[in-house]
Amino acid sequence: MNDEAVPAIRPSRPEDQPMIPQPLVELHGWGRASGTMAHLAQIDSVADAVSALRTSDSRRGVVPRGLGRSYGDAAQNAGGTALDLTKMNRILSLDAAAEPPTVTVQAGVSLDLLMRALLPFGLWVPVLPGTRQVTVGGAIAADVHGKNHHTEGSFGNHARSLDLLMADGHVRKVTPDGDTAALFWATIGGMGLTGAVLRATVALQRTETAYFSVDTDRCSDIDDLMQKMADGDQGYTYSVAWFDAVTKGRHMGRAVLTRGNKARLAELPVKLKRDPLKFVAPSLGTVPEIFPNRMINKATAKAFSEVWYRKAPKHRVGELQNITQFFHPLDIVAEWNRLYGPNGFLQYQFVVPFDQEEAFRRCLEMIVNSGYLSCLNVLKRFGDSNPSPLSFPMPGWTLTVDLPIEHGLDKLCDALDTEVVGAGGRVYLAKDSRLSAATFRKMYPRLEDFLAIRRQVDPEGIFNSDLARRLELSKPTAGGAA
Amino acid sequence: MINAVGAPQSLLLLGGTSDIALAIAHRYARPGLRIVLAARPSDRRTAAATELKSVGCEVTEVDLEARDHDSHAATIDLAFAGGDIDIAVIAFGLLGDAERAWQDPDLALELAEVNYAAPVHLGVLLGQRMQAQAHGWIVALSSVAGERVRRSNFVYGSTKAGLDGFFLGLGEALRAHGVRVLVVRPGFVKSKMTAALDEIPLSVTPDDVAEAITDAIQGKRELIWVPGTLRAVMSGLRHVPRPLFRRLPL
Repeated sequence: MNDEAVPAIRPSRPEDQPMIPQPLVELHGWGRASGTMAHLAQIDSVADAVSALRTSDSRRGVVPRGLGRSYGDAAQNAGGTALDLTKMNRILSLDAAAEPPTVTVQAGVSLDLLMRALLPFGLWVPVLPGTRQVTVGGAIAADVHGKNHHTEGSFGNHARSLDLLMADGHVRKVTPDGDTAALFWATIGGMGLTGAVLRATVALQRTETAYFSVDTDRCSDIDDLMQKMADGDQGYTYSVAWFDAVTKGRHMGRAVLTRGNKARLAELPVKLKRDPLKFVAPSLGTVPEIFPNRMINKATAKAFSEVWYRKAPKHRVGELQNITQFFHPLDIVAEWNRLYGPNGFLQYQFVVPFDQEEAFRRCLEMIVNSGYLSCLNVLKRFGDSNPSPLSFPMPGWTLTVDLPIEHGLDKLCDALDTEVVGAGGRVYLAKDSRLSAATFRKMYPRLEDFLAIRRQVDPEGIFNSDLARRLELSKPTAGGAA
Repeated sequence: MINAVGAPQSLLLLGGTSDIALAIAHRYARPGLRIVLAARPSDRRTAAATELKSVGCEVTEVDLEARDHDSHAATIDLAFAGGDIDIAVIAFGLLGDAERAWQDPDLALELAEVNYAAPVHLGVLLGQRMQAQAHGWIVALSSVAGERVRRSNFVYGSTKAGLDGFFLGLGEALRAHGVRVLVVRPGFVKSKMTAALDEIPLSVTPDDVAEAITDAIQGKRELIWVPGTLRAVMSGLRHVPRPLFRRLPL
């Protein structure tokens, strides 16, 4: 492996370069709505990436793509090129003796692969989103967060350095401090629009076991839930709640709150002590593409919510759970997004600051009373944000709902946007597939900082995506849509 | 980009002062929507632009002269100058006096040029643009009159038959490039085009047509009748033997 052997490349003038013919393929996000067609370039080395960048059509540009887990159009690029980085999946080096330990990986390494490789050394990926099937590059570009945001921050907080393929064809190392700090932080949460992350060095944590000691509480309504979270979250490394988004009235927002810490070796029963770092990740196979629209209807959504609420214990302390139980129950089945049928679905995740509990409650009411049905609902308290201009998390309450695409859903989402903007909150770009450019600008007050960096490193807008076109980020110099 | 809930970012309305085109614009209108109104310069165009701007749309007026084929390329260039077009609607057309049209060569030629030649010419230009951007919709306003051409308005009907066939074919050709084409076959639409005619059963309003179009785009359908019941009616009429068809009061 010799990734450093990149030929000296002059700034690309794509109109002078021959196009590499690549077939158009349809690419969509995890929500499977609004897919478009792009040239998918298979990237096996840094040299491949540089060459794909040089030969791409400058009018449509390139976007890096990993495992396609962002819900919307972030890794789509209609008429342009998508760099498929999933084959850049080697773990390059590990420094287990350092404090904190660090690992250097190619961008296409998935968190699943990384966890499997690190656990035998007693090392732990510090931030895990709701699925392990995301690449390190994607986790950086979306600045993903997990159940431990209130204690550990988001993924970008743990990145130590990035190798960034820039629009001029050069690969540049950027770090959170020093001369390259601004570009580093713009890349964190930058949705692949500052360049393509090709490799990253990430700080790790140590762990004695791969198990969690979990406390579960059933909360009778939204106020009960928020009170319990506000009072007790600081006592746990991990905290998240599933809530019922179907039941109206007195029990609106009833929820199951699970909070926990990494289990110490001494806490494990004898049976588990034999293999305390066992990676338990069962797979029940792949969901076939046979489900119609409207699988989520009043009957199924009500039944699911009732069962999910009732099956949880009222109050249980110290239960041992494995990685899949605690973190990634959805990873048991592959392609679960097919359950929503061919029309697809969208995920609406927003955050509002801590003093905006009233707006937060109004949003929940709007969703519950809208008639649109969501089963996979998550509520969490965020901790501090990081210096990234486009990073999503900020201190406050975040709520996530999954909504199948149906007639009139835009009205509900627009109404939620208005409430969220009014409260000084924002919507998560990795989940978004519908925000308008104008609303987006109101949600991200530091957008201009991001655009200033982008104007500097990519004045032509070579890095481009459907999301960039939708949110009018694609031509930084013109400042408008193109 | 058309977002996940079906809202476009930009519209191009060729024949931008037609009732159906404006009804589509009003259905999609929301702050920030970019609309290009391509039509002959007129008070009606200015008024339409003003109205759409008042609800927050960014409106550009572009001149379109259907019979001046040489001007089409410039019209399309201007229309795409602001960026990608998500939905382009070909909504202009001429009805003409049916009895005069088949006896007046100039009027017959005008109908053929406005209703068929110009849409084909513009359709090819649009197709090139859409192919390069690899997303978007072209909507062509056909008519049930073109599905089975009848004695009472066969010049008009024949132009729509040609247009219908061209855009169905264009849809097949552009499919592999990520572009969709929707062919719309309305029945009798109560609009400025038909103001002089008597209303018949199953007639619809321009807004009905617009609603059917927005639904079809969200549902990714490529051929619709408005109202939907006309599909069954036309399916029957297509197979009526000529001697009998001749006697029908159509």
